[in-house]
Amino acid sequence: MPTRRARIPATRYPVERFTLDNGLRVVLTPDRSAPVIGVAVVYDVGIRSEPQGRTGFAHLFEHLMFQGSENLEKLAHFRHVQGAGGTFNGSTHLDYTDYFETLPSNALERALFLEADRMRGPRLTEENLRNQVDVVKEEIRVNVLNRPYGGFPWLTLPPVLFDTFPNAHDGYGSFDDLESATVADAADFFRRYYASGNAVLAVSGDIDTAEAVTLIERHFGDVPARPAPDRPDFDEPDLTAERRSAYTDQLAPLPAVAAAWRVPDPIDDFAAYLPYVVLAEVLTDGDASRLVGRLVHRDRAVTSIGGYLGVMGDPFDVRDPTALVVQAHLPPGGDADKVLRVLDEELDRLAQGGLEDGELARTQARMATHLLRETDAVLGRALRMAVLEQQRGEPGLLGELPSLLGAVTEEQVRAAAATLRPERRASVEVIPGGGR
Amino acid sequence: MSATAQRRPLPPLGPTRRLKLPRQAERTLANGLTVIVVRRPAVPLVELRLWMPFGRVNLARSHLLTQTLLSGTETMSSVQIAAELQKIGGGLSAGLDPDRLMLSGTGLATGLDRMLEILAEVLTGATYPTDWVGVERDRLVDGIEVARSQPAHQARTALLRRIFGKHPYATQTPEPEQVRAVRPAALRSLHAQRVHPAGAVLVLVGDLRPERALDAAEKALGDWSGAGHEARVPPIPPLAPGPLLLVDRPGSVQSSMRVALPAVPRTHPDHAALQLANLIFGGYFSSRWVENIREDKGYTYGPHSLIEHSVSGSVLVAAAEVATEVTAPALVETIYELGRIATVPPDADELEQARQYALGTLQLGISTQAGLASLVSAYAGNGLRLDYLAEHAARLTKVSVDDITEVAARYLAPARAVTVVLGDAERVAASLATLAPIETAPVPC
Repeated sequence: MPTRRARIPATRYPVERFTLDNGLRVVLTPDRSAPVIGVAVVYDVGIRSEPQGRTGFAHLFEHLMFQGSENLEKLAHFRHVQGAGGTFNGSTHLDYTDYFETLPSNALERALFLEADRMRGPRLTEENLRNQVDVVKEEIRVNVLNRPYGGFPWLTLPPVLFDTFPNAHDGYGSFDDLESATVADAADFFRRYYASGNAVLAVSGDIDTAEAVTLIERHFGDVPARPAPDRPDFDEPDLTAERRSAYTDQLAPLPAVAAAWRVPDPIDDFAAYLPYVVLAEVLTDGDASRLVGRLVHRDRAVTSIGGYLGVMGDPFDVRDPTALVVQAHLPPGGDADKVLRVLDEELDRLAQGGLEDGELARTQARMATHLLRETDAVLGRALRMAVLEQQRGEPGLLGELPSLLGAVTEEQVRAAAATLRPERRASVEVIPGGGR
Repeated sequence: MSATAQRRPLPPLGPTRRLKLPRQAERTLANGLTVIVVRRPAVPLVELRLWMPFGRVNLARSHLLTQTLLSGTETMSSVQIAAELQKIGGGLSAGLDPDRLMLSGTGLATGLDRMLEILAEVLTGATYPTDWVGVERDRLVDGIEVARSQPAHQARTALLRRIFGKHPYATQTPEPEQVRAVRPAALRSLHAQRVHPAGAVLVLVGDLRPERALDAAEKALGDWSGAGHEARVPPIPPLAPGPLLLVDRPGSVQSSMRVALPAVPRTHPDHAALQLANLIFGGYFSSRWVENIREDKGYTYGPHSLIEHSVSGSVLVAAAEVATEVTAPALVETIYELGRIATVPPDADELEQARQYALGTLQLGISTQAGLASLVSAYAGNGLRLDYLAEHAARLTKVSVDDITEVAARYLAPARAVTVVLGDAERVAASLATLAPIETAPVPC
C-alpha cells in the first residue's frame, strides 16, 4: 500500500486579549461563519482547593451559582438563557470551575449581563443551599452509587496515586460533608475564590470585536475588584514503590483495572509533557494501536482499553500534579495482574524497540482531527481558550496544538514510555460483586 | 455588597439573524444510494454518515455484524483498515438501531477520497475473519453483561417491552446465548442479503466542494451492488395504558421512573405544537417539571422529557432518576404537571420562551459540522431535507396557546401514560400503590 502522510492542518482563530481595571481577563475569538456565540467564564478554583471537611464543596458551590444573583431571582438565569434560544451548563474540575452558554448571537449582551450579575454575587440562601444539596446527592447517586463502575477510575484512582488531601480526596464529596455545608461557608468561598482577578471571560463566534469590548466594559467594568488569592503548590513527591489497591463493586458484573503514572508539569514543562499526550494515543487509539492489538485481540485479556492524560481526561486544562491513566475492562475471570504485566512489557517494547514505520504520524493525524473537531463548536473554543488564558496566559495555543503534537518525535515518545515503570505506578482494581 | 445598589435591567435581545442554510448538493446514484453533501468549511474536516435500512433482522446477527463490519476485507486486515484511516486523521465506526445500520466517521477533508475508498471496500468486501469474529463475539457478550447491570438499561428494557409488546422494537438487545451461537458464515450471508445501497443515504459535511464530493462518492460507491432484500417494520402499536409496572431492583438507592406517552413523526401537522408542549412540560431545564421536581423539591438531578422518532412511529418518554424515599411523591408531581398542561392553557410567556428555545437551538444544531451531519442524516431518515429546518421554524413561529392546549390534551394527558418504575419494591411498592394499580416484575434479562 502506498505510504501517505497527511499534512497536519492548522486553523488559526484570531484572538484578542485584554484585562479590565478590576483584574478580569478577557479573551475574544471572533468567527462569523454561523450566527452563534459561545460565552465562558472560568474561575481559578476547583476540587483541589476544597477545605478539609468540605469534600465536594467546589461542585456544590457551582450549583449555587445558578440559584439567583444580585438582580436575578432563582430560576431566572435558566429562563433568560433558554428563552433567548441558548443552552447553558457549568462544570467543576480539579483546577477550575466553568460556567458557559451557547446562544444565537443576538443574545450576546444578555449573556454578558447574566455572567456579570453572578460575578457580583450569587444569592446564597439556606433554602437554595438545602435544595441543591439534595440535587447534588441525586447526581452522586445516579453517577456513582446506583450504577456499576460508578466513579471508576476518576474517584477511585487518585487516593492510590496521591497522599495529600487536595489531590487524593473525593471531588464529588461525602454526604456528611455536603450536608454540613453552610451559607457562611459558601459566602467565604465566593469571597475568596470568585474574585474578578481570579476569573477569565471568553467569548467566541459571531461577534464584532469593538462592539463586544464595549458591552463587556459596560457589564463587567463595575464588578468590584478583588485580587486572585494565592494559589498553593499542590505538588507532592512521585511514587518510589508500586501501589496496588482493590475494591469490590457490588453492582459490577465484570472486573476492571486502572493504572496511572505521574507525568511532567503540564504548564511549566509543557515540552516534556506533550510526548505523554501522544504516547497515550499510540498505546490505545483504535484497532491499530499497541495495547488494543495486544490485550484485546492477541491475548484476549481485556474487553476494552483506553489511555488518556489527567484523571478527568483533560490534557490541556489541568495543572501539576497529574498523570497518564490507562483503564481496562476485563472479561469474566479476567486477571488484572496479567494486564499490568503486559502493560509493562508493551511499554518496555516501545521504549526499547521504538515505533513502527508510520505509527507515530498516523496517530498524530488523528489527534489533529480530534482537536479540530472539538474547536469547530464555538463553545469548545471559548472554554478551551478561557482555561489556556487562565493557566498559561496563552489562549492562542489552542490553534497550535495540532502542530505541536505533530512535532513530537519518536525519540520523545520512547523516552516517555521508558519512564512508566512499575515502581512508579499506582493501580486500582474493581472486583465484581456480581450483583444485579 | 451595597444595599443601595440600583436594580439593573435585563438587556433586550438584538435583531434575530435570519436562518441561513449552507450550500448543499444531492445525487441519487444508479444503484439507489442517495448522496447528500453539505458545505461547511469552518475546520478542514469532513463528517461522514451512512445509513442503510436494517429493520427486521435477527438481533444477535445484526449486533455482531455491526461489531465486525470493519474487521477485514480481501486486501486489508482490521488493523490495516484502522491504520489507513488514521493516516488521513480518520476513523469509522458502525452502529445499529431497530431501523438502520449506520457508519459514522470523521477525517481530514483532504482524505475524503481515501475514506470513501476504504468505506467502499468494506461495504463490498467485508470478510468477517473467523478469529476476529471470535474475539468480537466475546466482547459483545461482555458488553451486554455490563449494559444489563446499568439501571438505565434495565429500565429501558422493561419500558420497551411494556410499550411495544410483540412489535420488533420491543427487544433491542440480544441474549448473550444467541450471540454466542452466531458464526461468521451467518454474518457473511446477512451482509450479502442486507448491506446494500438501495434506500441507503450517505451524508458528507465539511470543508468540501459539493459537486466534487458527489463525484468522489459516485466514483467510490457507484459499483456497490444495488439490489437488496427489503423488510418493512410494521407501524408501532398504540400505547396501552394499564397498571404501573414496578420492576424490582432490591437495594436500589434510586428509582428510575419512565413515563411513555404518544407522539407523532416530524412530518405530522401536530409535530411543532407537540414539540413546544413537551418543552413547556418537561423538555428543557426551564420547564414546569424540572423546576418542580428538581429546583423546588430536590427529588432528582437530571429529569428530561424527549420525543423519540423511529421509522415506524414516535414516542414521548419522560425520564427521571429519583431518590428512593420520594419515588411516589415524584410520580405525583409528574402526573400533576402532565394533567395541568393537558387541561389548563399555558401562559403566553411560557409558550414564547419555549418557542425561542426551539428556534435558537435549531441555529445551534447546525453550527458545527458534526451537528449538521447528524441532523441531515436524521432528517433524510424521515424523507426530509435540510429545507425542512426553515419550514419547521416557520411552523414553530405560528403555534398558538390554543394549539398547545389542544395537542397537550391529545398527547400529554396522564390518562394515556404508560408508566414503568425500576426500584427497590420493598421500599416503594406500598406508596406507589396508593397512586395507581401496580404490577411487580423482576429485572428483565
